[in-house]
Amino acid sequence: MGGLIRVAIIGAGVVGASISRVLSMFEDFEVHLIEKEADVGWGVSKANTGIIHAGYDDEPDLFPLRAKLCAEGNLIWHEWVKDLDIPIRWCGSLVLAFNSEGEKILEELLDRGIRNGVPSLEIIDREKLKMLEPSSSKNATAALWAPTAGQISPWDAVAALVENSIANGVKLHLSTEVRGIKIVEGRISGLETNKSFLEVDCVINAAGLYADKISEMAGVGGYYIKPKKGEYLIFDKDAEPKVSRIIFPTPTPISKGVVVTTTTDGNLMIGPNAQDLPQNLREDKSNTYDGLKFIWESASNLVNKLPPRNKVIRFFAGLRPEPSGGDFIIRDYDEVFGFIEASGMRSPGLTSAPAVAQMILDALKAKFDLNPKLKAGWNRYRRRIKRFSEMTFEERIKAVNENPGYGRIICVDELVAEAEIVEAIRRGATTIDGIKFRTRACMGTCQGSSCTYKVAVILARELNVPLWSVSLKGPGTEIGIGDVKALFKEKNKLEGENQG
Amino acid sequence: MMGENYDLAIIGGGPSGLASAIRAWKMGVESIVLLEESNFLGGVLPQCIHPGFGLHYFREDLTGPEFAAKLLDQLKSTGVNVLSGSYAEHLEIKSSGEKEISGYMYGRAFKVKCKAVIYAAGCRERSRFEVNILGDRPVGVYTAGEAQTLMDMYGVLPGSEIVVVGSGDVGLIMARRFALEGADVKAVVEVMPYPGGLTRNIVQCLEDFHIPLYLSCMVTEIKGSGRVEGVKIVRVDEKLNPINGSENYLKCNAVILAVGLKPRVELLAKAGALIDEATGGPVVNDWLETTIPGVFAAGNVLVINDLVDYAAEQGERAAESAAKLIHEGLPAFKFKRVVLGRNVRLIVPHLISCIQDVTFYGRVGKPEENVQFRFEEIGRAFKLPIARPSEMFRFKISADDLLRLRDEKIMVNVVKV
Repeated sequence: MGGLIRVAIIGAGVVGASISRVLSMFEDFEVHLIEKEADVGWGVSKANTGIIHAGYDDEPDLFPLRAKLCAEGNLIWHEWVKDLDIPIRWCGSLVLAFNSEGEKILEELLDRGIRNGVPSLEIIDREKLKMLEPSSSKNATAALWAPTAGQISPWDAVAALVENSIANGVKLHLSTEVRGIKIVEGRISGLETNKSFLEVDCVINAAGLYADKISEMAGVGGYYIKPKKGEYLIFDKDAEPKVSRIIFPTPTPISKGVVVTTTTDGNLMIGPNAQDLPQNLREDKSNTYDGLKFIWESASNLVNKLPPRNKVIRFFAGLRPEPSGGDFIIRDYDEVFGFIEASGMRSPGLTSAPAVAQMILDALKAKFDLNPKLKAGWNRYRRRIKRFSEMTFEERIKAVNENPGYGRIICVDELVAEAEIVEAIRRGATTIDGIKFRTRACMGTCQGSSCTYKVAVILARELNVPLWSVSLKGPGTEIGIGDVKALFKEKNKLEGENQG
Repeated sequence: MMGENYDLAIIGGGPSGLASAIRAWKMGVESIVLLEESNFLGGVLPQCIHPGFGLHYFREDLTGPEFAAKLLDQLKSTGVNVLSGSYAEHLEIKSSGEKEISGYMYGRAFKVKCKAVIYAAGCRERSRFEVNILGDRPVGVYTAGEAQTLMDMYGVLPGSEIVVVGSGDVGLIMARRFALEGADVKAVVEVMPYPGGLTRNIVQCLEDFHIPLYLSCMVTEIKGSGRVEGVKIVRVDEKLNPINGSENYLKCNAVILAVGLKPRVELLAKAGALIDEATGGPVVNDWLETTIPGVFAAGNVLVINDLVDYAAEQGERAAESAAKLIHEGLPAFKFKRVVLGRNVRLIVPHLISCIQDVTFYGRVGKPEENVQFRFEEIGRAFKLPIARPSEMFRFKISADDLLRLRDEKIMVNVVKV
């Protein structure tokens, strides 16, 4: 098969973005990254624990893809975070056991980790545990120490992958919802979206919570996605005590359990629970009393002490796409040539994403009989927005001199300057959440009550739109319903019509 | 990089900062810099377009912008150097006692050296997460001040069907504000069995506009994922626990939170000032000096005030202290402690020298009728027909009375009579 292969990746989450980055290396593909939301990474990728797992959790006989791709993905992330300047702490993880039963599970995990090829795993005693993590519960009798695990910023990761993809020629289509897949004579011929028809030869289904619906559009699949909700609590940056490692309980068949960790931005975070939702509730990210209570109690068991409850600055929830078969779904179909699944990416989906991308590349090579050629000008690197808060005083003076907007502080809690917000807009943010995830504005103690409007004012100015129409997260979420006299104008208009 | 020397630096250009700048100038402090974070002066006053300001301080009923204009008018005749749009990040105390404030403004970093600092950075609003309102996180959830900024500084209407959480004055005023723009204000929801705001505001903001007030009720959950669709409300018992089966749903497209204010003390705390858990502000003596010598606090960063008049009054007090420090130095004292007694939730100042008149500001813990505020150790008492947590008490005690204090402390008790 000759010529350019036109690929549409559905879903700009961490899986879709990883695939787009890998495909962007080669001359053989014209890549379209399709996202229904107004920004990238806003589905499953936005609200999870942000852990790059070591790879000992997944039973290789039951879940071969999860087991293989997690361990591989961990290795690739070690390179990618450097290339793409993604915030990460390679802090390692600890699974705590509290009795002989728990210690038996540690042995199983160790054995499984070795089978999965995870390096440097070790079961440690109370003394070493205390040394590695002084905040860990003194009731813990032993722990599995996995030094290769890390804590990543998942939304920074997606933004980085997408920016790098775009720099290498990938076309991003935001607010673009797939309505249908056109198949001619058993081959993919295009995508119908709410915006237009896109001619493509290949569709990669990385649609997360909606992957089963996409498969149905292609007339394939035979699986379904169950949304599983996980809630989290985030503490203020100055909340003590903190943890320096990722702390897990021993896992259950349902989940890896409630974790205590510190985000890459330095906030202590606890969660998630695991609540199966009915299939129709794929947008239910509500926090519940029972959920938060359960998380608090579970997390309390892992550490000597949690910070006081009034140091919690936010709670949130995310959904994991639980595939009916349990394992990731990475496959193609004989009946629809060019339709490839990268779905069912429940945990450890974030960790596995780069390895999934490699596997998808291999699938494309086989399917289209390719020996893809590296792009001569492929740029491996991407730098993130220079953060004022992370600069030394001397660097700040220099930054302010070069760009006066660095001197205008918009979010005082997180020390975010106007110049960073303008740069985030230049890189594609069009919404308040888009700014928030790229810069941390509105993520501090006051959760945006002092700076959301300032961010909105900058967005309105840069995008040249009325202030009221600036949105939190895309169409339908405008910060206002109109200008302050909108209701009277509406009323007067109606009365005028009646008279006329 | 810009470095400048001043006698006095004032951080915050709201009512207390402005009042302190004007007063300090009148007291003969000739080298003053006023650092203000936003691009305009007045703090929240310019967006408070309703009347009710200034009855004590200017002895007339003013709107917020009018109150601000009066202060700005006075400021004009001073030589105070105003740096608008400047964010003060650090306060450093040199071993010489000299203070250095560093920060940033558009196009430059700055350092200001001075002998005294008045910190008047105001407060911030509590978020829904601090009062545990569950549910999803859609657009349309605003703090009262945020909604006020959007409406009256930027001309944006945040919603047409409104539920206000919290019946403090801020909540009541915003309920009326929305009603005035033609919005349907569904309810003001208050968790306590009594309203949090002044009676005159209950009448003028709610009753006059037929806005229902739900007492002993709590908003527990916000519905909607894109935009707010409604809120879940439950009744609570005397212990503020939700009553089973009392759940109700109110449809709305915006939720306005007036659920409390917190002093913005981060800069002071970082510099080492002791913070009082009860007020959330710094511990101060009767010069309104924090535990860092030469650093004074006034306005809502000191204690959350009901009235802008009090904030301005504290600004003046801090200015007088700073002027004294700059001109002749403050005398060294072994301060006596002010101790919270029965039904006193908070009080400032925390420490008194007993050589000068002191104005005490504070709040009770629970509402009581016919009470006496007793300063037992000096035999002074003040009668009030009603004491409510929502209404700050303010008593002035003369130096003559305080001189009678023999103990190391003075306890304030609220006693029913």
